[in-house]
Amino acid sequence: MNALFLLIPLSLVLVGLAVALFFWAVHAGQFDDLDSPAYRILLDDSPPAEPEDRTPP
Amino acid sequence: MTAGCFHCGQPLPTGTPRQVVIQGHLQPVCCAGCEMAAQWIQSAGLGAYYRWRTEPATAPDGSTDHALFLAYDRTQAQQSFVTALPDGHREAELLVENLNCAACAWLIEGALGNQPGVDRIQVNAANGRLLLRFDPARVRLSDLLARLASLGFPPHPQRPGQAGALHLRERRQALKRLALSGLGMMQAMTYALSLYGGAFHGMDPVYADFLRLVSLLITTPVVLYAGWPFFESAVQGLRARRIGMDVPVAVAIGVAFAASVRNTLVGSGPVYFDTVCMFIFFLTLARYLQASARARAGESGDALARLLPDTCLRETAQGLETITLQELMPGDRVRVPPGAALPADGRVLDQAVWMDESLLTGESHAVRRMPGDRVIAGSVNGEQALRLEVTACNADSTISHIGRLLRKAQSERPTTAAQADRLAAYFAPAVLLAAAGSAWLWRADPSRAMDVALAVLVVTCPCALSIATPTALVAAMAHLLSRGVVVIRGAALETLCEVRRAVFDKTGTLTEGRPQVTQIHPLRAGLTRDRALALAGILEQAVHHPLARAFAAPTATTHSASAVRLVAGAGVEGRIDGRVLRLGRPDFAAALWHGAPLTAPADGASSWLLMGDETGPLAWFAVADPVRPDASATLARLRALGLSCQIASGDAKGPVSAVARAVGCAQADARLTPEDKLALLDGLQTRGERVLAVGDGVNDAPLLARADVSVAMAAGTALAHTSADLILLQDRLSVLPDVIETARRTRRIIRQNLAWALAYNALAVPLAAAGLVTPWLASLGMSLSSVLVVLNAQRLYRPAAPTLAVDVPRVAVQTP
Repeated sequence: MNALFLLIPLSLVLVGLAVALFFWAVHAGQFDDLDSPAYRILLDDSPPAEPEDRTPP
Repeated sequence: MTAGCFHCGQPLPTGTPRQVVIQGHLQPVCCAGCEMAAQWIQSAGLGAYYRWRTEPATAPDGSTDHALFLAYDRTQAQQSFVTALPDGHREAELLVENLNCAACAWLIEGALGNQPGVDRIQVNAANGRLLLRFDPARVRLSDLLARLASLGFPPHPQRPGQAGALHLRERRQALKRLALSGLGMMQAMTYALSLYGGAFHGMDPVYADFLRLVSLLITTPVVLYAGWPFFESAVQGLRARRIGMDVPVAVAIGVAFAASVRNTLVGSGPVYFDTVCMFIFFLTLARYLQASARARAGESGDALARLLPDTCLRETAQGLETITLQELMPGDRVRVPPGAALPADGRVLDQAVWMDESLLTGESHAVRRMPGDRVIAGSVNGEQALRLEVTACNADSTISHIGRLLRKAQSERPTTAAQADRLAAYFAPAVLLAAAGSAWLWRADPSRAMDVALAVLVVTCPCALSIATPTALVAAMAHLLSRGVVVIRGAALETLCEVRRAVFDKTGTLTEGRPQVTQIHPLRAGLTRDRALALAGILEQAVHHPLARAFAAPTATTHSASAVRLVAGAGVEGRIDGRVLRLGRPDFAAALWHGAPLTAPADGASSWLLMGDETGPLAWFAVADPVRPDASATLARLRALGLSCQIASGDAKGPVSAVARAVGCAQADARLTPEDKLALLDGLQTRGERVLAVGDGVNDAPLLARADVSVAMAAGTALAHTSADLILLQDRLSVLPDVIETARRTRRIIRQNLAWALAYNALAVPLAAAGLVTPWLASLGMSLSSVLVVLNAQRLYRPAAPTLAVDVPRVAVQTP
């Protein structure tokens, strides 16, 4: 059971890291726009291929 | 979208349509601006935009001139919104108009991202902001800005210290508080569970003390950082001698935490670290949801600043230079072209000018300003170029003061919300008394007394009661904003549910408000139609009555009218070349030559205006104004909602009844002066009816101010239009029935929320006082009741029922 004296402080350090990481992400603007990134995946990054343009030979 | 312009959705002009080829199909467009924008989008390979967009684009307006943006190329001008990066590149922050869907964001990224010299571009569709990283050696900022403007997204450099930056900071802080308290809650609960287990099965005191110490370490930052706002606002409330709902919250947190710390250090007695963390977490969650709802409603606050131009022409020893407004200093002399808004408060130099101050004064006609007169920023310059000596600019200008007042007004709660808060103010002392009383009742068992008092304190926290109304109102306002309706007075939503009659103005409300002269009948020998129209044009040029726009200003005229006077509901009078002319209603014009009123030519569809001088009549003008395409359907839907509609217009009987027929409105009153409209309204109100008035705000201001609920069209006198409760931003009548439906849903949700909050408290207090609720259960119950209220209110973001067969993702109405 003495392992608790090591493991619990270790978990505290991990929690501290998680909080620090989250704070960093918030400051980096990761959470500023929660709407459009969800739709951005629907849109192509590169200019899209346009099948409508093809005329039959 | 098939009926209108493919690009912007506006109705197509008559005649041969312009067409563009988009993705292999020929599509009609309305104007040269849309044609260019659509062609460019297609040629850049970005045609997929049209497939994904959820809102029609906005037609590019006149401000696409490249020269307007040249000022932003100078480093000095870039100071306020551009950051220089270590590698020589620069990063600009911009606010972009009309950015309303994810497809727009993608279009902008595509359009600017492939320009040489652009490193990175980041578009935030949620708040319309744009971060642009570019290489000044390879691309000029003005080119990029002009490109944005030509696509219909006018860019504005982000001004520092705006409400938007504040919202962002608050939102980030709230997120951090939420995360910290959430993680802390999980940790503290783990240890609490171990302690409970240990209490049942026996635990070595060393481990128990250790776990308590660790819980203390976890909880301290949660209380001090995440719980800070509650202490702050409780102290503020006490200082203002007002016990708000934060006082019991702060007392509960403070007492529980202090007792736990003491017991931890002493090594005996109960600890409540898990309760404290959970309490703070759920409260923070409720606050976060509420704040993000309010932030969405407040995004229109910057609109006032956008009424000013971004750049202006300053006079220097070398000539004229284009500078940004931030560079402008008091004492500078600037030139303002005709038709442009003044960039700053100042004094008129050189010569007298006509100035449209309707924005700030609500006065619909132009006023004459003599040299030396003071004019205010945001006024629109009349017909000639103006030299202005700046007296106050930027944050000191009158319009900035008004903006601050407006934001203050927006932040104040509507009256109904204040009522709920008053309720909480009585509730809070009662809760404190109840907690003390319960502790006293349990004094025989000191270890339980603390538990019971805490449970009462926590369980009855009147949050749910207090936030029931405001969260629903805020959610409804944000939802309406995403539909293009600004709610100025939140209480209007409640009144709107009881409205059974709608009174519409005709011109500019049911009709387009862009009248045209269709016929001219000269009445005097030697007077040609062109000459008659030119005279009328000179006369009407000085005023801003809706009918005046029909008379196009003569292109090259040496004459101008002096002593122009607008008589509400009658017409306009002015002096041209020394003779007095009147144009307006026949009896008004005839009064000038003391003659009998002439009878207008018979024609039901148009208004007839008579022009005359002191010797007799000069000409008849027929003016017609097309009915809005959505007017008829809107009135039909309003009738289906149980509203009876009627028209009250100052116009002649013929056009009024023609419009009434076109929109299917049985009751229509014509030739009403503003006083007549008020009398009509009084008559309806004395019969006990709640009346909704819809107008464009030029001659309807008294009507709008007196009606139970009033709606103004955006094309009216914009923000200074304080008499309206709601403003239709996109000038679309068709959202009006949606507004009423939203108001009814809002009322339903407020009632559900209040009923739930009251029932919960009525049930929870006796249970807690009887010692049947442990503090952690109380915390969970209290928080869940608040969260339930907020989530219930969030349902207002969703449209009432899907009106489209295909459910299009609507970015603007997502819940967080």
